[in-house]
Amino acid sequence: MQSLVSFKNVIVVSGNFPVLTGLDFEAGPGEIVLVTGRNGAGKTSFLRAVAGLLRITRGSARVLGVDIVANPGDARHRVGLLGHESFLYEDLTARENVNFVLKATRSDPSGADSAMASVGLAGRLADLRVVKMSAGQRKKVALAALLARNPELWLLDEPHASLDSWTREVLDSTVNAKVAAGATVLLVSHEAQHGSLVPTRVVEVGGGKIVGDSLLSEAIVAEETVKPKQESGHVA
Amino acid sequence: MWRDARLIAAKDLKIELRTKVTANQILPFAFVVLIVFAFALDTSPGTLQKVAPGLFWLAVLFSSILSVERTVAIELDDNAGDGLLVYGVDHGGIFLGKVVAVFVQLFLLEVLLLLGVVVLYGSKVGGWPLMLASTFFATLGLSAAGVTYSQLASASRAKQTLVPLLFVPVASPVLLAGTKAWQDALSGTSSIGDPWLRLLIVFAVVYLALGAIFFGSILEG
Amino acid sequence: MESNGYRWTRKLVGSLSLILVAATVVLGLWITPPDVVQGQLVRLIYVHPPVAWVAYLAYGVTSIASVLYLWKRTRNIKWDLLAASSAEVGVVFTGLTLVTGSIWGKPAWGVWWTWDARLTTTALLFVLYLGYLALRSVPADSHQRAVRSAIAGLIAFIDVPIVHQSVVWWRTLHQSATVLNPSLSPKIHGEMAMTLLLGFISFTFVYAWMLMHRYEIASMQQQVLDAELEQMIQERQREPELEFQRVHVKDGNDQINQPSKV
Repeated sequence: MQSLVSFKNVIVVSGNFPVLTGLDFEAGPGEIVLVTGRNGAGKTSFLRAVAGLLRITRGSARVLGVDIVANPGDARHRVGLLGHESFLYEDLTARENVNFVLKATRSDPSGADSAMASVGLAGRLADLRVVKMSAGQRKKVALAALLARNPELWLLDEPHASLDSWTREVLDSTVNAKVAAGATVLLVSHEAQHGSLVPTRVVEVGGGKIVGDSLLSEAIVAEETVKPKQESGHVA
Repeated sequence: MWRDARLIAAKDLKIELRTKVTANQILPFAFVVLIVFAFALDTSPGTLQKVAPGLFWLAVLFSSILSVERTVAIELDDNAGDGLLVYGVDHGGIFLGKVVAVFVQLFLLEVLLLLGVVVLYGSKVGGWPLMLASTFFATLGLSAAGVTYSQLASASRAKQTLVPLLFVPVASPVLLAGTKAWQDALSGTSSIGDPWLRLLIVFAVVYLALGAIFFGSILEG
Repeated sequence: MESNGYRWTRKLVGSLSLILVAATVVLGLWITPPDVVQGQLVRLIYVHPPVAWVAYLAYGVTSIASVLYLWKRTRNIKWDLLAASSAEVGVVFTGLTLVTGSIWGKPAWGVWWTWDARLTTTALLFVLYLGYLALRSVPADSHQRAVRSAIAGLIAFIDVPIVHQSVVWWRTLHQSATVLNPSLSPKIHGEMAMTLLLGFISFTFVYAWMLMHRYEIASMQQQVLDAELEQMIQERQREPELEFQRVHVKDGNDQINQPSKV
């Protein structure tokens, strides 16, 4: 099986701090990988590195067959990142933002309307400036742009945060459909169990590297045995 | 590259039409510069007419600092600049688009500012071919150098204070040559063959080329 | 640490520059005659032009090192450190050029400053590279800082001829005649020429010496940064392990504490 993401001993230094410290990771087509770990473990940095937004300081990294250490820009437009920031222009409307993204990525512009409608951005909302929107609505705009772009690799960093349950369901089912069509998903989430986006694999990030990697069935067992202990630790 | 440049320029100009930062903040500031310099100098018409070209270009230089800082700030909100990288927009295209957007805004500002110079300082305008050509290339040079330096300083938290220090010495030839070309145009001593115009062309070409070459490294660095 | 060879070379260059400067001082102050027109004032000619030359040399070195960093094949953080070190020395020497020029200008022209083309260009050069150093002083990722300052350094250097040309025209095209002749005495005595040449050589050695010192400091700072980074990487790699231990130790405490609570 060809691997879509292949990180070997990747070290990323950002702002003179090592966010990734020798990360090894492989993912193939059709996988939904849940990335877990504590705050500050390096989950977001890992996704940003895959997206080509963090310079790989050491190690080798290939994304969608492109060596992103040598050519960080060559895979980016095929990768979709939905993260804490939504890359939107606040003074443009939702529709203008989505159209801009489609033009910038040379995607089919006809998909904009249906993508916006599918996340509930229709009518007045579509022509509202982003600056006047709530966090959840902004995320919907970013999501609509992502859906219309149709990337091959989806990097979802806490995608459910600040989304209402209806939009979460839209997100989950759409991404599931894309995966069925061959897309790969890396998902950082603390609440993935509650959605219908079911991971095929769980990796745990700690200290800037992968510290655990298991198929979902094993992961559930491990979660259940480890959880009570951790909980008591937190209470103390 | 040209396609991306058009996309970026159209987007930046659309944002300006919405927010009117240049129209409501930078343009009035340019007029303030014209007025306070009249306070600082002798307000007798003879003096002001003599120094009018220099004050005009000084006001433009100050305004261009604000303008190029603004164009970079647009991309810092919500990390939109990272978005451009994610979308795979051509680096040279981003640079050219930004330069065009800044150029258009500055050029319109200059037209209005010129009216201000005529009204406030009582200058008589003439020598149109040289005046127009020198303004065109001076503005192009300022935009190109300004966008480059503003992006250079953008990664630092001290960017608002760093841009003037980096940009003004570099842009000093434009101030000098723009002023002299205007003086030549107004006095009618020289026309399109003016050496100052040649200097402005050289400056604009050099900085457009440098920006196009280096802008990608600045963005990726 | 830099190798022993480097340190010996540095010491040799240092000793040579001391000897050469001493020789320049002796020749310049006592052996050479005063000038017919300028009198004792001419002795500044053994200092001022060599100092200005070193400033240009330093910026040239900064530019070459910047290109070598920007070019991916030769990219090495050492070029960045060299560029920065040379620019710092260059700013010092540009400052000295302005100061010695002023000291000469006051008795010769009667003013500390005149808007002569060469002076104006030098002043702009001074602020251009002050800007370069200011950009460097902003905390950033070492690679990011290296790329950005290399570009800033290179653009500043390319700007120099344009600035120079504009200022020269400014003074010549629009003034009937230059009131003050910027050149020093045109006729130079044999001994004086020798001393001037010696001045150039000795100040070039002084530059090399200062550059080597500054580079060594920069290099050591970089080594400290690298070592700190390695340590941070190792510490961060141990984070999960420590976290695990912390949780378990707390579990232990719970078991001890809980009965007493109950």
